[in-house]
Amino acid sequence: MSEVLTQYRRHKGLLLLVAPGLAFFLVFNYLPMFGLVLAFKEFRLSAGILGSEWSGLENFSRLFGGADFPNALRNTVTISLLRLLFGFFAPIALALMLNEIRVSWYKRTVQTVTYIPYFLSWVILGGIFLMIFSQSGPANQISQLFGVSAIEFLTNDFWFIVVVIVTGIWQAAGYGAVIYLAALAGISPDLYEAAVVDGAGRWKQTLHITIPGLVPTIITLFILNLGHVLNAGFDQIYNMYNPMVYDAADIIDTYVLRRIVLMDFGLATGAGLFKSVVGLLMVVLANSLARRLSGGEQGIW
Amino acid sequence: MVSRTRGEKIFNVFNLTVLGLVGLMALYPFVYTISMSLSSAAEAMRASLHLYPSDISLTSYRMVLSNPEIVTGFTNSVLRTVLGTALTLFFTCLTAYPLARREMPHRSPLLFLVLFTMLFSGGIVPNYLLVKNLGLIDSIWALVLPQMLTAFNIIVVKNFFQAIPESLAESAKIDGASEFNILFRIYVPLSKPVLATIGLWTAVAHWNHWFDAMLYIASDENQVLQTFLQRIVIENSIELIEQGLVDPNITEFTPETIKAATVVVTILPMLLVYPFVQKYFVRGIMLGSVKE
Repeated sequence: MSEVLTQYRRHKGLLLLVAPGLAFFLVFNYLPMFGLVLAFKEFRLSAGILGSEWSGLENFSRLFGGADFPNALRNTVTISLLRLLFGFFAPIALALMLNEIRVSWYKRTVQTVTYIPYFLSWVILGGIFLMIFSQSGPANQISQLFGVSAIEFLTNDFWFIVVVIVTGIWQAAGYGAVIYLAALAGISPDLYEAAVVDGAGRWKQTLHITIPGLVPTIITLFILNLGHVLNAGFDQIYNMYNPMVYDAADIIDTYVLRRIVLMDFGLATGAGLFKSVVGLLMVVLANSLARRLSGGEQGIW
Repeated sequence: MVSRTRGEKIFNVFNLTVLGLVGLMALYPFVYTISMSLSSAAEAMRASLHLYPSDISLTSYRMVLSNPEIVTGFTNSVLRTVLGTALTLFFTCLTAYPLARREMPHRSPLLFLVLFTMLFSGGIVPNYLLVKNLGLIDSIWALVLPQMLTAFNIIVVKNFFQAIPESLAESAKIDGASEFNILFRIYVPLSKPVLATIGLWTAVAHWNHWFDAMLYIASDENQVLQTFLQRIVIENSIELIEQGLVDPNITEFTPETIKAATVVVTILPMLLVYPFVQKYFVRGIMLGSVKE
């Protein structure tokens, strides 16, 4: 005991510095975790979190018994998987193509232009796309060139999801490519020189050196994506959806928000808790999977 | 490249063309928006891809810039960005430094405490109730405090600090320097690149955040630009008319041109600084792929 105290006294300076940050995490990150008990209570604003009465699993049976939450859950997973299916390889392809450019100003320009969208909020981007995909917007001007009658991009379930996935790729592919380009820059030039000596062309080099060199990064990012399968992109969908596409586009986060607006805090917390717990499990699971696959080398921790 | 086969030449042309198209597609939404914002009502309603404005009218900009909400929002957004970024940088350094020092007592449990917040969170309702119970509703602190420290920033700065030779700190200590002075006289000046990167990303995040303002800010005088933008751009344009922002009798602009002009006014500050700070952005993306 006294040993610990001496240690504290010796490192008083360090402890003092860390104290405000520690207090911050306890108040703003750990205290709300206790607020999750609300998921098991019937919340009344006047009684507060502690004073509200316990209701057992009532909130959860309401969540899963109703139609809206299961629908939101299904949509969340569907949209996430579609993003993974169509979006995951876009930045890899972009990085590989950029990597083959020998004209540096061209490469720099394309790179710069493609990652601008990542730094703008979905309020802005959503606003732009609502105009572009509106009935008389340019997207429909183009589809008319192909003789297709006006498509209801924003009010038809199927087309709305297409718009969400495509604009999602548009926003994030350039950003993702930068990560892969960094990984590409880390591949030893010796490997390429050796390959040239062995008579490998550019295609063979890409196949046998570049792509294997990217695999660790690909695995890490795939895990991260898998771990976030319940985050289907709240910012984007909230700023683009409308009641006509709730069937296909209402995700857990938008559902929670609408519950909050209705002051149904118990149900909203229940949905949030479900999301947090499943999210945690997914990350842990994906990480151990990645470790096993790579013989203990890969993983995000 | 020693030799180029015919196949490689064809590939090069194909590659450059496809990437050029990708670049144009990345730019088009912005070109469209700028073009719309400068168009007269008649031009804006014409079926066209609006690649360039042909009948230029600045009325939309005049309307947007004379809207008091935009001015208030702009001021509040600048305020939260400056205050939020300064606090984040200061307290991130303060917290990361002891965690970077090997002799720090309870170092690994503390690191775990920080890291765990990346994996699990209370979610939006408990966070909202916390901010409410702390009495922060409708104040700028509700926008600045809850996200002041993140595990990610702390780990990145901690890793950077760890790469600084401990002998520097040791010798300063022998000379009688306090830990606070060692941090701000030795560690911080040596860590400028990483701090610039984190500062920029924090600033961008603050400039872009809208959700917290929507939840926590009740009065218009404290509202931020993104939320006003959302009202104008996302919510129905009928409300624009109700708010008096769009006078249906004036035909020099449409709700669309007003929306476009508002978007341009909001992204302009970012686009103007973007070329100068670009390298820090790129560096930040790379930091994201650094493992603990």
